[in-house]
Amino acid sequence: MNGAEAMVKCLELEGVEMVFGYPGVAICPFYDAILDAESIRTILIRTEQNAAHAASGMARVTGKVGVCAVTSGPGATNLITGIATAFADSIPLVCITGQVHSGLIGSDSFQEADIIGATESFIKYSYLVKNAEDIPRIFREAFYIANTGRKGPVLIDVPIDVQNAIVKKFKYPEEVNLRTYKPTVKGHAVQIKKVMAELEKAKRPVICAGGGVLLSDAQNELREFAHRYQVPVVHTMMGIGSMQTEDELNFGMVGNHGASYANRAMNEADMIIMVGARVADRTVNQPEIITRGKVLVHMDVDPAEIGKNAGPTIPLVGDAKHIFEDMMQYEIEGDHNLWVQTLYEYKQTMKEKRVPDPAFIDPAEFIKKLSDKMEKDAIYVADVGQNQIWSCRNCIVREGSFLTSGGMGTMGYSIPAAMGAKAGQPGRQSIAVCGDGSFQMSMMELATMRQYNIPVKIIVMANRYLGMVREYQKNTYGADRYSVVDLSGSPDLSKIAEAYGMRFIRVSEKADEDSAISEFLRGDESVLMECVINPTDTSK
Amino acid sequence: MKKIYSVLVENRSGVLFKVAGLFSRRAFNIDSLVVGETDDPNVSCMTIVSSGDDHTLEQIEKQLNKKLDVIKVKTFDEQLSISRELMLVKVKYNRNNRKDIIELCDILKAQIVDMSKNQMMIQLCDVPERIQLFLKMLNSISIVEVARTGTVALQKCHDQEN
Repeated sequence: MNGAEAMVKCLELEGVEMVFGYPGVAICPFYDAILDAESIRTILIRTEQNAAHAASGMARVTGKVGVCAVTSGPGATNLITGIATAFADSIPLVCITGQVHSGLIGSDSFQEADIIGATESFIKYSYLVKNAEDIPRIFREAFYIANTGRKGPVLIDVPIDVQNAIVKKFKYPEEVNLRTYKPTVKGHAVQIKKVMAELEKAKRPVICAGGGVLLSDAQNELREFAHRYQVPVVHTMMGIGSMQTEDELNFGMVGNHGASYANRAMNEADMIIMVGARVADRTVNQPEIITRGKVLVHMDVDPAEIGKNAGPTIPLVGDAKHIFEDMMQYEIEGDHNLWVQTLYEYKQTMKEKRVPDPAFIDPAEFIKKLSDKMEKDAIYVADVGQNQIWSCRNCIVREGSFLTSGGMGTMGYSIPAAMGAKAGQPGRQSIAVCGDGSFQMSMMELATMRQYNIPVKIIVMANRYLGMVREYQKNTYGADRYSVVDLSGSPDLSKIAEAYGMRFIRVSEKADEDSAISEFLRGDESVLMECVINPTDTSK
Repeated sequence: MKKIYSVLVENRSGVLFKVAGLFSRRAFNIDSLVVGETDDPNVSCMTIVSSGDDHTLEQIEKQLNKKLDVIKVKTFDEQLSISRELMLVKVKYNRNNRKDIIELCDILKAQIVDMSKNQMMIQLCDVPERIQLFLKMLNSISIVEVARTGTVALQKCHDQEN
């Protein structure tokens, strides 16, 4: 057995079913060995960044580590944005990169790049494999590190000579024992007791759910907790789907793109329970103001997040699922009915009223209708830009998943991620909603979808602008100061669809909306839909 | 405020880069950083002196703990620890100030470790403040070059219970 065969064997033992990637000489031994692995399907992506995004989409719907494998040098550096995107959203990935011959490292040889150095500040951990005998241990550790604690991407850089070296003894470790890595899962009993005592006293408590709730698969526990103790829930962008949109205790998304009634709930609360959220700048603009005079409970599996952006009254380190379970052991008195009623009133009276242009499709209304009609467990992937804000504010999530690049805001995420998610769970509808900027960043993957028969339904909110930047420029510099946001050279999407053998639908009249959506959702096949929207529409 | 971090790390290639990179990426200060092997060849000890407000100093500790190559982080205030720094300083001397320099070395317990006709090298191992003081006193004399190790520190001895 050589190093490459050992790498593939490790993937088999980890139950990896799919590897997204792009070969090159430095990773060829691996791609040769993987031919003999019957249980692993390889997907040739069209640019390396999308390999990481596709693996991310897959990881987010299956809960398993997503895997991608690319070559050294430009292959590895192209992967970087995908790694940073996964890191910002704590998505578990194992990224394998080929590397030049060990003896050539440091000599600036052909296709050599220090990928470990380049990714250091946005990767959970990285390995340079120097000895083929270490492969089983390193792979076992990498998968463990990626998918435990605060999840994230792990990089394994394997020089070509290590892939070709003989592995005399292959022994896959049963357990991982790292003296430097022992994530806390169970919340501290004393802290939990304190939280429940505060909750008993609180008149206006609110839970702010972040992406951590989804990562720890604690959606049911959150819902049960909220209903049992009558605590209203708001959520961050990454927390969309942690509670069903139409749940009576869900009061929407907070933040500067969120609902005003959700932000008001945070402002007026006397107790905030942050769960698996970073208190990031787009979510809580001025943490010191919003938390003043309140009891702030911060639950997170990563101790470094607690107190980073806002000083909590009660820090609580651990996994959301376990903590909710432990908290629900407590019987407490206390009635938050009045508070919940107040929030209902806010929700009714503070609904933002859009003034859509009747000559175009209103993206907000359109997304509402679409998400209402899509399958209950559909996977909805929002890209980045105005389309993301429309999606976040209007998509109705029931039993499905809502994915987006929240932390990094990486344009072009939706198509590869929707494709990876569909590949991971072929039984579910997978829909990518993007703008014409983000579509053109990833449209090369239409070929991958076709080649491997991974049907994804894609909607392009076409306004021939980089809408989000255009809107910002208008508000900041004035409508006569648009700079580098004009996308008028965009291709005829009907011809793109034809070129890739996809069904195409174009909708520009409100009257055709319903039939177009039905037509779009029909059948388990790839469809490209162009929604013609007002070029100067705003995100709110 | 200043704080001393004594950080035990896995003795692997690239670890210094990872720890130093953490400081630059998060805009933490490094006043000094010393690395050396411990009694266990698999473990290195980094002594890092940093300054900042309470919030920053706490974040440094948390972020260090988060690094997967970090085994243990100990922090201590200067009063509760013994800290030392070593300095070598080369000065120019002449007949007029030779005695003054020797006297100064005597007072501050510095050693003259090398000499030529018009230069001498002085070694001082002491707490960082006294190193600073010594440098200040030497200011009137022409300094050729200075090398300082940065602070190393350990917590004060105490009798362990049990």
